[in-house]
Amino acid sequence: MVPVSQETDQGASTIHEVLGRVCHAMHIAEGFLPPAHAVAWSVAAAPFVVHGVRSLTREVKEHPESTLLLGASGAFTFVLSALKLPSVTGSCSHPTGTGLGAILFRPPIMAVLGTITLLFQALLLAHGGLTTLGANVFSMAIVGPWAGYVLYRLLRRCEVPLMVAVFFGAFVADLSTYCVTSMQLALAFPDPSSGYLGALGKFGSIFAVTQVPLAVSEGLLTVLVMRLLVQSSKGELTRLGVLVAGKRTETTTTEAVA
Amino acid sequence: MSKNAKINALLLLVVAALAVLPLALGLGDHKEEPFAGADAEAETTITEIDPDYEPWFSPLYEPPSGEVESALFALQAALGAGVLAYYFGVRRGRRQGELRAREQRAAAGAPGEAAGEPALDGS
Repeated sequence: MVPVSQETDQGASTIHEVLGRVCHAMHIAEGFLPPAHAVAWSVAAAPFVVHGVRSLTREVKEHPESTLLLGASGAFTFVLSALKLPSVTGSCSHPTGTGLGAILFRPPIMAVLGTITLLFQALLLAHGGLTTLGANVFSMAIVGPWAGYVLYRLLRRCEVPLMVAVFFGAFVADLSTYCVTSMQLALAFPDPSSGYLGALGKFGSIFAVTQVPLAVSEGLLTVLVMRLLVQSSKGELTRLGVLVAGKRTETTTTEAVA
Repeated sequence: MSKNAKINALLLLVVAALAVLPLALGLGDHKEEPFAGADAEAETTITEIDPDYEPWFSPLYEPPSGEVESALFALQAALGAGVLAYYFGVRRGRRQGELRAREQRAAAGAPGEAAGEPALDGS
């Protein structure tokens, strides 16, 4: 290890350059959205976050016992958005972990938890950014959770088994986040020859395609955590409406498995 | 291993395989910089589309090196993992405590109940 740094200054600097680039993984980087777009996305995201803060304080006030599970949902997002994984396109990106919180506590609360994660990364890791926070919050903390939640509810209404619905909810929450990111970049930087759609194709192939296997991973990890929750926190899940109290078939099968 | 633990292990295994396979199959070999971040690639694409674009704001704090940045990322993951582990630990402890209390109550209460019921019947 020591010889490498002693070899040449040049070698060391290129390694750092590469590391610096590799260590960035996703979200729109600081300063990479024109001011008008940055402001517009922030304005669009703000009401959702404000509403989310209100729902969050109401939830904590009415059900103080759910604070622990709220923390766990935020922690899940923290872990997953720090996991930069290689993907089939030959580049790296990371999951978002927003599906779980959205399914458990509904999307408004997830908007707050996602914003906290994005703030942490923007302030300490130079990952994402303050000027692009609005856009990144809109994609990861608003559209992602809502898309995942809506699909989850639809699947549940169609009597799809819980874990299958959880998988697709998390999968879509993850993937839709990056589709929105691609769209935001395409809007800001339309291709000079092929226009908005051409740029959307370009950014889409970078973000969305890279994200497909990661979204599968996120779906599987969310299912894993949900399985652990079903074992350990049945009462809480029933109160949150994830497990249906009247439906004994579901809980008895999980009990048998546990 | 119970069936439940097996399913959980399988889930983790598939996630690990999904992460390792692109590396093992060399899917990044066609790139100048294999496995760079997708956002770095997006920045390159932006400069291709609009060569004149200059980022108009730079991060307030930037980790001085890749090592420090990876340390901060590890810190983020560790914080999250710690809270998650705490949650499941508390839950498990609570369940065990409840179970033990129920057993104790059953052990202590069984003779009492047996003695109590006839008395209730008598009154």
